[in-house]
Amino acid sequence: MDMSTLFTPEASKPTGTRRRAFLKTPLVGLTLCIGLPGFGLAADEPQKYGGDGMPNGLRDSPKIFVSIAVDGTVSIVVSRSEMGQGVRTSMPRIVADELDADLKRVRVVQAPGDEAKYGNQDTDGSRSTRHWFMPMRRCGAAARQMLEQAAADKWKVPVAEVVTQNHQLVHKPTGKKLGFGAVAVAASKLDVPQMASLKLKDPSKFLYIGKVDTTLTDGPGIVTGKSQYGIDTRLPGMFYAVVARPPVLGGKVKSFDAAEAMKVPGVVKAFLIEGAPPPSEFMPVGGVCVVAKDTWAAIQGRKALKIEWDDGANASYDSEAFRRVLQEAVSKPGGKVVRNEGDAYAALATAAKRFAADYYVPHYAHATMECPAATARIVNGACEVWAPSQSPQAARDRVAKSLNLPAEKVTVNVTLLGGGFGRKSKADFVVEAAQASKAMNGAPVKLTWTREDDLHNDYFHAVSAQRLEAGIDANGKIVAWVHRAAEPTIASIFAADQKNLAAFELGLGLTGMPYQIPNVRIENPEAVAHTRIGWLRAVNNIQHAFAAQSFIAEVANSVGKDHRDYLLELLGPDRLIDPSKIEPWNHGESPERYPINTGRLRRVIETVSREAGWGRKLPSGQGLGLAAHYSFVSYMAAVVEVAVTPKGELVIPRVDIAVDCGPQINPDRIRSQLEGACVMGLSQAVVSEITFKNGRAEQDNFHQYEIVRMNMTPRKIVVHFIPSESYDAPLGGVGEPAVPVIAPALMNAIFGATGKRIRRLPLKDQLSSPV
Amino acid sequence: MTTLQINGKPTTVDATPDTPLLWVLRDHVGLTGTKFGCGMALCGACTVHLDGVAVRSCQTPISAATGKKITTIEGVGGSKVGKAVQTAWLSIGVPQCGYCQAGQIMTATALLEKTPKPSDAEIDGAMSGNLCRCGTYTRIRSAIKVAAGMKEQA
Repeated sequence: MDMSTLFTPEASKPTGTRRRAFLKTPLVGLTLCIGLPGFGLAADEPQKYGGDGMPNGLRDSPKIFVSIAVDGTVSIVVSRSEMGQGVRTSMPRIVADELDADLKRVRVVQAPGDEAKYGNQDTDGSRSTRHWFMPMRRCGAAARQMLEQAAADKWKVPVAEVVTQNHQLVHKPTGKKLGFGAVAVAASKLDVPQMASLKLKDPSKFLYIGKVDTTLTDGPGIVTGKSQYGIDTRLPGMFYAVVARPPVLGGKVKSFDAAEAMKVPGVVKAFLIEGAPPPSEFMPVGGVCVVAKDTWAAIQGRKALKIEWDDGANASYDSEAFRRVLQEAVSKPGGKVVRNEGDAYAALATAAKRFAADYYVPHYAHATMECPAATARIVNGACEVWAPSQSPQAARDRVAKSLNLPAEKVTVNVTLLGGGFGRKSKADFVVEAAQASKAMNGAPVKLTWTREDDLHNDYFHAVSAQRLEAGIDANGKIVAWVHRAAEPTIASIFAADQKNLAAFELGLGLTGMPYQIPNVRIENPEAVAHTRIGWLRAVNNIQHAFAAQSFIAEVANSVGKDHRDYLLELLGPDRLIDPSKIEPWNHGESPERYPINTGRLRRVIETVSREAGWGRKLPSGQGLGLAAHYSFVSYMAAVVEVAVTPKGELVIPRVDIAVDCGPQINPDRIRSQLEGACVMGLSQAVVSEITFKNGRAEQDNFHQYEIVRMNMTPRKIVVHFIPSESYDAPLGGVGEPAVPVIAPALMNAIFGATGKRIRRLPLKDQLSSPV
Repeated sequence: MTTLQINGKPTTVDATPDTPLLWVLRDHVGLTGTKFGCGMALCGACTVHLDGVAVRSCQTPISAATGKKITTIEGVGGSKVGKAVQTAWLSIGVPQCGYCQAGQIMTATALLEKTPKPSDAEIDGAMSGNLCRCGTYTRIRSAIKVAAGMKEQA
């Protein structure tokens, strides 16, 4: 490629310390801030929301994201990580659309971790498109206006007479044309237009935004095996490493003997990696690293290690015993009151009828198909890593800290991610690779986790027990709602003695309960974390929606009402709920711009139930189940259709999902995210579970940690979009919010089919065993 | 030293005979399209063809692959069926993260070579050894039908 590129990227600036997004403003005054330095805002700093409120904020300059070669090739930088959500397809299309660029002449360039330059790069929270749609539009529009100005200067005509069309500049009065490349150099010397002077496209002129197109930036590489994931990095002279990690959180290597390991052909070195004691946040847990000439030799060498572990304080963690502890905690009034309206206990006491139920959701592992893996080398005091990272700046900072280097001496190149789901926001595996390279005097080392490593040392989804109690009046209406949830908190990886849910966890489907009930009390009894707890796609919404959406169906049944009708009645009249009153975190979004809109929730329920044929007569052993949930500022509802054979085998002919996520930027990728969320939700509902005994995760591989296979997949997953009135409407998240509706909809369907109520996930053989 | 026939090319590698083909392909030959997912033949990410038969390369020592034609994702597009499968995968927009798709494509190609017009049950039966954590299964089914020239309902 001709290197006379345009819009020359600015030189990288040194990066300061950073915090995870959730440690910023929305948590001020809440538990998590205790003991975390640099937390919160100065008193006089105005509250920022959305992408502006994220660490290092947003950027919209084409000088950062766009370069145009003299041959006209447009390069667009993607600062977010591709993990299957389609961000490397969707983001460049937003820029290209405003730029009137021909996609066939657009190249996508992946940004390294550098938030001082690119703004926030955390690819999580269902917010890449939500936060970056407008900045990317502005970026494309600014680039287009700079090209138009350069062409006008060249033709010596008023800029108003110049327009863009399919990768060309056109002088309207004469029809003269120039390619983008012909004015790229001149355009690059112009100032970026001020925001106020940007002319964004009329959405009716969009070429790519909102259009159904299955083309993927990485599609051709993926189907031919050429795409590069983190595990695929190869450098000259590279070594291969695996690590034997403490099987128990907080455990340490007491002693190790590598004599037999060193005899394995190909093994070159075995050494200790120091771990950070809990709370170890994103740093490695330590262990013994084996380096070899290929991965297989490293794995064989690790098998030959003799290690004596000091298991530490969590050596007795037993998840079955812990289930009883959590269930006991939620069985009686108490715990931190996290929402309180009216007098729920008094209303319960005087209600005509009461209904209570307990729900349990286990630990889950992310089990990304690509296990964590990273490659590092250290040359002349600078470390370069290649990693499938959802949070490359966080990785950069942790590697720098671990090697005692300034962050500008660390480069984090972002590869494709073979799945992320929250696991690869954590830099522990990247730091391990850097440590291994350091131990090899800077030689390149690829460090790979095996599946066993992945399942044993994940940042697990929190186990939870919940009790719901309803007071019901003589007309069958719920007048009191008590919800108690005990679950170890993600805050426990950041600070000691964290036993209550953080604001961002309460805000994931617990305190934002939108139903119109006069007396509400939500309590959060304490729970101790005995393993690393992390974000897993949809996070706490999984258990909160499972409990609440199962419970409402149970109450409807107990008063003899149709579940859909009852749910809509409970929702009450369409209204905007101010989230700051009940759920101040609000996903970091402005409460004015993102109120909880019960009308939108109603509409997805109505849409999905209509499309799925709610109310139709089904043969015995078949059922429809409904669930709806608001999360990541999007509205979702699902109807699952099931058939249960007399032997208790489950068949799922069809799942319908209705989504209101505001404007739809890449409809096919939204559809694919919802299809995938459905399958992941079914895994959680039906087969997946991590259990602990003696402090150790008991599942080693996919024969024990099962995930849904094609033979369990619904024959049809049908996605129904609620159209958005305008591209100015606030965008909702897409990657996560469809997950939580699946388990409750499934269990409600199973109840309809069999009369059996499943309150404990996963289902496993509960249908074939006696009730 | 062992000589393997990989994608039509004789390739000499220096690895012990018990080394799984997966790691020889990835670490020694540099064909990283074949993926590691479990190491126990549970997920199918490492699927390659040995004389046209889909096998899990993580459980295939190179001693068992010697003298056989090894086809990987990098070479499968050389066959008419393999190419049709790749094309269908793109037109349906199957991949999400894409990591498992090499294995899916190798299994699907082997299925269609043997069963050009598979039934729904045959597709599910052949493909259920291949895990996809992103959950692209419904699109994989559609893409197999498109590759087979069967009409797929919208």
